[in-house]
Amino acid sequence: MAEITYREALNQALTEEMERDGAVFLMGEEVAQYQGAYKVSKGLLEKFGHRRVLDTPISELGFAGLGVGAALVGLRPVIEFMTFNFAFLALDQLTNTAAKWRYMSGGQFKVPIVFRGPNGPALQVAAQHSHACETYYFHAPGLKVVAPATPADAKGLLKSAIRDEDPVIVLEGELLYNMKGEVPENGEHVVPIGKADVKREGTDLSIVTHGPALHLALQAAAELEKDGVSVEVVDLRSLRPLDAETILASVKKTNRAIYLEQGWPFGGIGAQVASIIQEEAFDWLDAPVLRVTQADVPMPYAKNLELTAKPSLERTLRACERVLYRNGRAGR
Amino acid sequence: MAETRSDTKGGWRGGGAREERGGDSLDGVAPEVVLKLMRDMLLFRRFEERAEEAYAIGKIGGFCHLHIGQEATAAGTIGALRKDDYVIGSYREHTQALAKGLSPNAVMAELYGREDGCSRGRGGSMHLFDAEKCFMGGAAIVGAQVPTATGFGFAIRYRGEKRIALCFMGEAALNQGAFHESLNLAAVWKLPVIYAVENNVYGMGTAFYRVSKTDVDHRAAVYGIPCHVVNGQDVLATYTLFMRLADEVRNGSGPQYVEIRTYRFKGHSMSDPVSGTYRSKEEVERRTEEEDPIRIVKERLFAAELLDQAELEEMDAEARRIVDEAAKFADASPLPDPADLYDSVYAQTNEDGRLFLDGRDETPRASG
Repeated sequence: MAEITYREALNQALTEEMERDGAVFLMGEEVAQYQGAYKVSKGLLEKFGHRRVLDTPISELGFAGLGVGAALVGLRPVIEFMTFNFAFLALDQLTNTAAKWRYMSGGQFKVPIVFRGPNGPALQVAAQHSHACETYYFHAPGLKVVAPATPADAKGLLKSAIRDEDPVIVLEGELLYNMKGEVPENGEHVVPIGKADVKREGTDLSIVTHGPALHLALQAAAELEKDGVSVEVVDLRSLRPLDAETILASVKKTNRAIYLEQGWPFGGIGAQVASIIQEEAFDWLDAPVLRVTQADVPMPYAKNLELTAKPSLERTLRACERVLYRNGRAGR
Repeated sequence: MAETRSDTKGGWRGGGAREERGGDSLDGVAPEVVLKLMRDMLLFRRFEERAEEAYAIGKIGGFCHLHIGQEATAAGTIGALRKDDYVIGSYREHTQALAKGLSPNAVMAELYGREDGCSRGRGGSMHLFDAEKCFMGGAAIVGAQVPTATGFGFAIRYRGEKRIALCFMGEAALNQGAFHESLNLAAVWKLPVIYAVENNVYGMGTAFYRVSKTDVDHRAAVYGIPCHVVNGQDVLATYTLFMRLADEVRNGSGPQYVEIRTYRFKGHSMSDPVSGTYRSKEEVERRTEEEDPIRIVKERLFAAELLDQAELEEMDAEARRIVDEAAKFADASPLPDPADLYDSVYAQTNEDGRLFLDGRDETPRASG
């Protein structure tokens, strides 16, 4: 095992998959000459040349759609969005073409394409650049969505995504690129899409989460441990397919759950997970499932407002205390 | 015959667009090719008429956009391609599919929503596909197929193949961002794509000139893409131009752009009257009379003594026989099995985690 950054892990995944399969190419804004807006593609142009590492104009709809066309006839494009905030311009190509061509053609076509880039709030970049976009994609049958939160998962899931026969949205954490972690050095380190990972075992309460919020969940779990509360942290890693079985097994063990996420509450990932839990583990629950999300507002710029809007350790602990009935009734 | 266009309505002063006109002869096109184009167009006409009838009696549902009046734009363009060239169209694509070699049976069965349809009944009128024949759809979001076709061009160049991609769109697609973004990319990377704009004057009920400051003919010039204009009611002019362009693109010219001037004889879709608020009955009648692409080529074949009335009637009877057979085939084809509802959403359905939150995953789970 080597300790590398999340950024390096993604870079390794790209390098290994491009070496393995000549149909894989990388396309996006600033990915080649500039070496990537977040340096994920550092060194790839030198290694693979302009044929396989392509700078595009700022033209998200155009190059995303071009990628879909290339995938339909047998290439394996990796399309980088500088951030997923910009991918809304390409949403039609993702949800109306990439997601539907296989189905509408009665299974004649496949669309093996990866759309990847940073997703979710960053620091003081205001509403248009601070946006957790996962629900727009996980809503659509035909798309797969993954959100790795550690270097090992980033490498393993990106490799799986590139090998997948369906379009996969890989949501990276903008604030995770410098995070270090252990990553198996074996080239065959792949993480299956659709498998959640229990990042911390516990018995009293489950915090279910995905993406960068994992690290807040682990922090909350460490805090609660000081009070003698044993928290289990379930990292979904994949949002679609969704590993309901791992969530349900955890809830059946702890009898209490909260969902922690960076996105908004309306139709959020947590809303879906809470629905599954109440439907399939109702009898095991000792408290309602609560959600900790971004405040239901566009992300404000001012630092104090931004901190208020983001899910915080304090809000997470409060939600945990509620479902543990430590400060009165559960619920709001 | 090619010439530089001189009318500069809309402020355009460039000289990039060339008009192709058919002469009085057969434009040097081999007689057997002209006869084939004629036969194809007759089949397309009869096929669309049969679809119209089937729609009227409820055999076909949803939206159904007929290509009547525009047959030459399918026959003359796709007729100039090779089998392994990619073609993608928008939602008015029945005849394009037929021109690319899909069987009338499979297309009609698709319109009927049947399992033997070319998309297994999952696509319908607007989403016809045949991977083997390189017919790539069937896209119903105006302009959305333009980036897709550009991707075909990219893949062709990436692999160093000799094929080309042909992308159809209506003139209304020219005001979509997808068109502009794609043409810029195709020009930058010199991709082997022909962008063919079927200008039938109206985007649904809105005439192009009412919502556009500049003309259709030179819309790609700003991206450095050669622009051409052809009379799409003249199948020989269309065929001649596309033979030349296909050859140029195949040999590395980079993308080409063509305005194919045509006219839709029927309504925008089956739910739209033929004439009405946006065009007069007189206009439709006059243009249908004067610009019928089948009549135009028929007269040229008659004049060249390559076809006579009896042979034409025989040809037409054959076209009618084929569409009768297609309608019978479609009627007899089974409905798709509801048990297959979730087929082909994804490559596999038996992997880790739940791909669906209902349906095939809905087996009641014991609650302890």
